[in-house]
Amino acid sequence: MNEHMQTPAPAGRDGETRPIDVVSLYPRDMNIYGDSGNVLTVTRRLALYGYEPHVHEINQGDPWPGRVDMILGGGGQDTGQKKIIDDLFRRADDLRAFAADGVPMLMICGLYQLFGDYFETIDGTRLDGIGIIGAHTIGRDVRMIGNLVEHSAQFGDVIGYENHSGQTFLDDGVEPLGHVDHDGTGNNGEDHTEGARVNNVIGTYMHGSLLPKNPAISDFLIRAAAERRHGAFEPRQGDAQRDELARIDGVAARARKVAASRPR
Amino acid sequence: MPGSTTTRPNPKRPRRPWNAFATPLIGKAVRRAARLAHFGGSAFPGRVAETIDPGFLARTLAQLPLGVVLVSGTNGKTTTTRMVATMLEGLGLRVFTNPTGSNFTRGVVSALLDKVSLGGRLDADIAVLELDEAYAVHFVRQVRPRHCLLLNVMRDQLDRFGEIDNTARLLGHVAEATTGTVVLNREDPRIAALAGLAAQARSIRYFGLDEGLRSFFPSDDDMTTTVSSTGLSDGQGGDASTAADDGPAAERGESPADMPPADVTLMAVGDHEATFRMDGADLTTSVRLEGVYNLYNAAAALAVVRAVLDDLAARRASGAFAAAGSDARAAAAAPSIGTVDNRRLMRVLSTVTPAFGRGEAIDVNGSTVELLLVKNPMGFRLSLASFRPEGHDTMICINDEYADGRDMSWLWDVDFTSLRGTGVALVSGVRAWDMALRLEYDQVPVGEVDTALDDAVERFVAMNPGTPKHIYCTYTAMLAVRARLGRITEVADAGVGR
Repeated sequence: MNEHMQTPAPAGRDGETRPIDVVSLYPRDMNIYGDSGNVLTVTRRLALYGYEPHVHEINQGDPWPGRVDMILGGGGQDTGQKKIIDDLFRRADDLRAFAADGVPMLMICGLYQLFGDYFETIDGTRLDGIGIIGAHTIGRDVRMIGNLVEHSAQFGDVIGYENHSGQTFLDDGVEPLGHVDHDGTGNNGEDHTEGARVNNVIGTYMHGSLLPKNPAISDFLIRAAAERRHGAFEPRQGDAQRDELARIDGVAARARKVAASRPR
Repeated sequence: MPGSTTTRPNPKRPRRPWNAFATPLIGKAVRRAARLAHFGGSAFPGRVAETIDPGFLARTLAQLPLGVVLVSGTNGKTTTTRMVATMLEGLGLRVFTNPTGSNFTRGVVSALLDKVSLGGRLDADIAVLELDEAYAVHFVRQVRPRHCLLLNVMRDQLDRFGEIDNTARLLGHVAEATTGTVVLNREDPRIAALAGLAAQARSIRYFGLDEGLRSFFPSDDDMTTTVSSTGLSDGQGGDASTAADDGPAAERGESPADMPPADVTLMAVGDHEATFRMDGADLTTSVRLEGVYNLYNAAAALAVVRAVLDDLAARRASGAFAAAGSDARAAAAAPSIGTVDNRRLMRVLSTVTPAFGRGEAIDVNGSTVELLLVKNPMGFRLSLASFRPEGHDTMICINDEYADGRDMSWLWDVDFTSLRGTGVALVSGVRAWDMALRLEYDQVPVGEVDTALDDAVERFVAMNPGTPKHIYCTYTAMLAVRARLGRITEVADAGVGR
């Protein structure tokens, strides 16, 4: 299990380790868009910054780990969403408390929708969300699907792929993750917003996976987790770790450039 | 329907338009013209024929005395279709099948135009057709298959098919339309559940795996095991890597007692060798197929071939062929294949060779180059598990054209850690940098990244003469690689065009 720690981070000043507890939420039923790539990216980068990542796979009925420093959630099929919804409501108070306390979270597609206030299906049925993000989603026939670039003041261009039929509308005052250039893309195809940002919680339709090609977002999540857990974000790296991270980011930059040039 | 003036074309005997006699001629002419003009696309003549004579497909296939076998599912369609067709041919039947890659209705029509006589006659006993999940539904609206073989449902091109459960629903329509035997994968819960839909079928049969082999063939629900091999899971909420070792069946908590008996069970796999249980006896045969998953496809093929043979015997016993006396041609065509026992089935299975891109081996500059088509995460995982990288040079070519799938997410559902030891010598294709990034995060050393596929392939096959090579390719990358290798060495015509 530990073979991916081939390049162990140098121990801290007093040999102290700096754990970060990452929750992978519902990996069994909410994982269809390569969402495990987000967990892998955060884990690897944490190690290269000199932290000790602990990934907790939390499915329905599993207790929270002793510490929660970051939560990553993915996209699911309708059946996947049905399977997790009861458990999600049981956890809703905890999740709201984590969000209010600044725990960084990334919720893709299906869980982004469920983090909103409600989802109205195509036949008009209203399904409640857990209300962490001030947004609601309306089911539509048209699927928004394809490569997408959005612009964010904080993260620069966000590169990804969207695939959703629900159209999400943000409440007044809720900040989107970014802005898209074209009608028919993004949250709802109309207002050129994509995703949402509430405190340190990011909701988005972008996958591909999202984090590998968007290291700025990965590092935002890591920084927020480290500051909250350890007081500050302080990379402790040897040359090997620094070089490896630079190499990974060089490859990511090339992958971003190609992805941004591809047809929708 | 008293008082109704509506006339409905009988699906069994589609109405012939006045110009139907000319369809084969026109279709063939278009096909020839398209080829001469290097138009290339195998579907174009089919499109013309569908427009001028929409009943052509159903009318032509209705001539077949043993009907149509339809093969569908996410992974293994092409190889399995080839196995079924080769085995039935080996037993003495005349088989019509669609060439690799044309697994859509129009492709079948185009292939039929090539094979029918100018009088519209199809000289075959049975058709074995591979159709992708969406086109299979389109097809069964026109032609009801005698038998169907439904292999598996895995995440694949979610941008085209939507959700996996939706794909299963598509295959449900095929099961519903089948009149003879529905053959299902017992180990794939979404496929096995389709038994409830096969209301019109005479029988439902399964192909299955011995308990000890189930861990080799995960279902889509076992996809999350990717996370475990890469994350630092501490066991909270279940350490998925342990679950993977225990096998998906164990994880699902199923025991053989819960499962229906299988007509054909894959019992053991070896190096180019497999053991199958049929009628209570275990038989071992050598095979020329590569990769363990192809041996499970062989179990699937055996099950449907046995269904065809039983159908033939039953209809002969009931005098079905003689009774078809109103159609003298069909009576005359009643096939004669002698007695077939399971040993003979094993012998014909041992002659089946891999299909395009499914472990196809090409000799280049004194090195054996194996071409491995990868289309979706589970297929890629099974390929990586089947073809050990040690002692080989590895290249991966990833394109993102429509036929490949535009969304690169699927690469993150594949576990590449088995390549850490050997590394990947060359990464190419339009999305080479996405692939390289994926390998970086799995800590797999990468020799070189070059998006220019033609040059990259040429360099790759020239390196380390004598060392065998694996090239993993998406669909359009495979076409490009084969074309390039075809300029260096002999590459068999796989029926897919250049």
